[in-house]
Amino acid sequence: MIRSLILGLAALGLSAIATAQPVAIIGEKVWTGTAQGTLTNGVVVVEDGHIVSVGTGAAPAGMPQVKAKWVTPGLISAFSRTGITEVPGEKSANDTGAGGSPFSAALNAADGFNPDATPIAVTRLEGFTRIAVAPDARAKLFGGQGFLADTSGLPGSIFKERAFAYLVLGERGASLSGGSRPAAWTVLRGAFDDVRFFTARYMTHNDGNVLTRMDAQAFMPAVRGEQLMLIEASRASDLEAIMDFKQENPMLKIAILGADEGWRVADRLAAMKIPVIVDAFSNLPSSFSQLAATSENAARLSEAGVTVAIVNLNDSSHQARLAAQVAGNAVANGLPFDDAMKALTTAPAEIFGMSGLGALAPGARADVVAWDGDPLEVTSAPIAVFIDGVSEPMESRQTKLRDRYMDLDHSDKPFAYRR
Amino acid sequence: MKKLLGSAGLCLCLAISACGGSGGGKKDEASPGVFDPFPSTYAAYPSETTLITGATVLDGKGALIENGRVLIQDGKIAAIGADITAPEGAATIDAAGKWVTPGIIDNHSHLGAYPSPGVEAHSDGNEISAPVTAEVWVEHSVWPQDPGFTRALAGGITSLQILPGSANLFGGRGVVLKNVPARSVQEMKFPGAPHTLKMACGENPKRVYGYGRGFPGGAPFSRMGNVAGYRTAWIEARDYKKKWDDFAANGGTEPARNLELETLAGALSGDILVHMHCYRADEMAIILDLSEEFGYKVASFHHAVEAYKIADKLEEYGTCSSMWADWWGFKMEAYDGIRENIPMVHNAGACAIVHSDSDIGIQRLNQEAAKAWADGKRAGIDIPIEVAWEWLSLNPAKSLGIDSKTGSLEPGKMADVVIWSANPFSVYAKAEKVFIDGALMYDLNDPAYQPVMDFELGQPGEGDHK
Repeated sequence: MIRSLILGLAALGLSAIATAQPVAIIGEKVWTGTAQGTLTNGVVVVEDGHIVSVGTGAAPAGMPQVKAKWVTPGLISAFSRTGITEVPGEKSANDTGAGGSPFSAALNAADGFNPDATPIAVTRLEGFTRIAVAPDARAKLFGGQGFLADTSGLPGSIFKERAFAYLVLGERGASLSGGSRPAAWTVLRGAFDDVRFFTARYMTHNDGNVLTRMDAQAFMPAVRGEQLMLIEASRASDLEAIMDFKQENPMLKIAILGADEGWRVADRLAAMKIPVIVDAFSNLPSSFSQLAATSENAARLSEAGVTVAIVNLNDSSHQARLAAQVAGNAVANGLPFDDAMKALTTAPAEIFGMSGLGALAPGARADVVAWDGDPLEVTSAPIAVFIDGVSEPMESRQTKLRDRYMDLDHSDKPFAYRR
Repeated sequence: MKKLLGSAGLCLCLAISACGGSGGGKKDEASPGVFDPFPSTYAAYPSETTLITGATVLDGKGALIENGRVLIQDGKIAAIGADITAPEGAATIDAAGKWVTPGIIDNHSHLGAYPSPGVEAHSDGNEISAPVTAEVWVEHSVWPQDPGFTRALAGGITSLQILPGSANLFGGRGVVLKNVPARSVQEMKFPGAPHTLKMACGENPKRVYGYGRGFPGGAPFSRMGNVAGYRTAWIEARDYKKKWDDFAANGGTEPARNLELETLAGALSGDILVHMHCYRADEMAIILDLSEEFGYKVASFHHAVEAYKIADKLEEYGTCSSMWADWWGFKMEAYDGIRENIPMVHNAGACAIVHSDSDIGIQRLNQEAAKAWADGKRAGIDIPIEVAWEWLSLNPAKSLGIDSKTGSLEPGKMADVVIWSANPFSVYAKAEKVFIDGALMYDLNDPAYQPVMDFELGQPGEGDHK
């Protein structure tokens, strides 16, 4: 029954080719992400790619309907590498980083994005409609420029290039800077100098103390506080150092990725309004930077008033989709359900300045997901996904492989003829 | 499953002789043909007679009992059902609203061999000195102080197989452990568990020995090199085994021992169970033929990302597939991973297992099974939850040759039991109490039953909720 609905919607999506039809999306529960809270028997009315109304009344007469157990805003992956690598283990199919490049902060991840990459549809099928994508840091502690995209798989799905500068501190930053934390901080301060004295420093040279001309230019908006600086770090002392740096440079817009020991400095993070993006699975002393890692990190940070987004860092390209499971585990470890949902919707929207996304409200862009159960449950899945009001195909290379091999009787023809 | 485990009657005398010749070692209880100088010294911790009442019980072999009861006595399951009364003096646990299952068995872990913290000094999982290192035993790498064991315990893991890594064609011997904190690996070794042998297909061996470590590198350089490598080693092992068989039958001069060939000969005789890292359907099919060429059995394919494509062949051969719920795409041989792999293998009548290969995944194998179960259901494969639980306990136990001792809640089996706060196929469920051989080893609500490893003492986070 559900399957035929999915296939029906897929056919609809394929034939619709990015035209948004009016639709009423009806949920036994509708989690809005706004002051409306969670509605029982709610109706989300979508027209022209936007949400017209969110309420509990009857659906407009004659409008096509989708009925579901739960309805939520499209989920947002707050940190991923989805779409910039097809197969991470194959160099030829991996554009996440460039250890051999002379450039670092200037590397623009958007240049490597492929909306046809198979992980895009796989991610969308799990209810993720928007992704923040970061390059990896390989040559220096500066990874480069991250971007924001939808998961429609269509050309033009990047809606904000150079949305943030990504850099790594802590152990990785140390290792990429020559071997120590002092070296990493020297590199970072040197890079700030290069940017601040850009005009003089690069008048006759292409290289500054740390950055090439192109890197310094690309890093400039972050240094001026005009662009978000997303910094990976985990140890409490590393987080303190970042906050000290922010105190010296109050204009900086900083968010922290990882923050496994974040709960130990949660009050200061909250006071300084520094949001964090955490992996709530991280509960092992995987390194000497994570000795205080606990599954309750997200709960404690949220309790302290820190803006928390939740991601799956273990495989952030093909398995970014597992963030919903990770958030469910955060709930099992003390995070209120609402905060866990916010960590997948409103929090990433706030961190990356995605206006009109992350919540179901009149006027918002119509990224809506209809689910067959609680969206954080491992047994639940979307039955329909809308991006800007367009009903998306609910199929991927994975579902096609599944369908090809569901019946193993091939006495008639080889499997390759089955499509 | 007889097909799976090969004939125990063929157990060779080679190592018995070796044992006599070397002295000091012990015969392995389950595999008398295997010489084990590092025997299990595991002893169950004290347990009390305990009656668990009011729970939804999954017996692990296909039954669900509402308002069920489980009686633990002398470290064993004494009874299970709806109408069991507590013997005089028994402790009673009211588990109304909760669920009870057999302990989870992960048959693919590297805990201890790749422990936390994952610093360079702790990299003990792969003996990448040669493509054939059947002579190494991973138990000699296991650091019992790995905090990962305690996190796995909190996830309901009561037994686990530690395997050497997959860099090599023959990676060495695996070991089955009871998940109890200990000072030495011998104190964790599952008593009587057969020895196992880790082998690997595909990209890892050719990457490590071929182009990955510098042109021209060494063999194997390709998948055909992999298969040639296995066959060369098996031919040697067959000769070696014959020498010892002849010696056992006719006497004469004792052949020289060779650690590498001793392991391989044990696999040929069926005393050592072969666990085969293999992703692609076509490669698994070749391994099935290869195993028939030399007369050994594959106990389980591991990772088996494409098992769904040949589930009928796997059923016919009688082997298990140890699988992830949804890992895919990280390398070419994982590119065809689908979410319905586990239920599709099960649906074909083959033995399906959920495994982790991860210090994170091992903490929530119940959720991994739940994802696969739900994905199967959506695709039209409706498997009762009580049957699906076999993926987590009875089937891995079979693949490890310990299913007569654990893996289901049957009278006489080890009392490896988990009480869950809710349906364990829910993301919100947590293991509340974990019993191993009837002894309470973990309690979610009692810090006295939450182990803290030596490494964690005096560190930030000591004794914190994990």
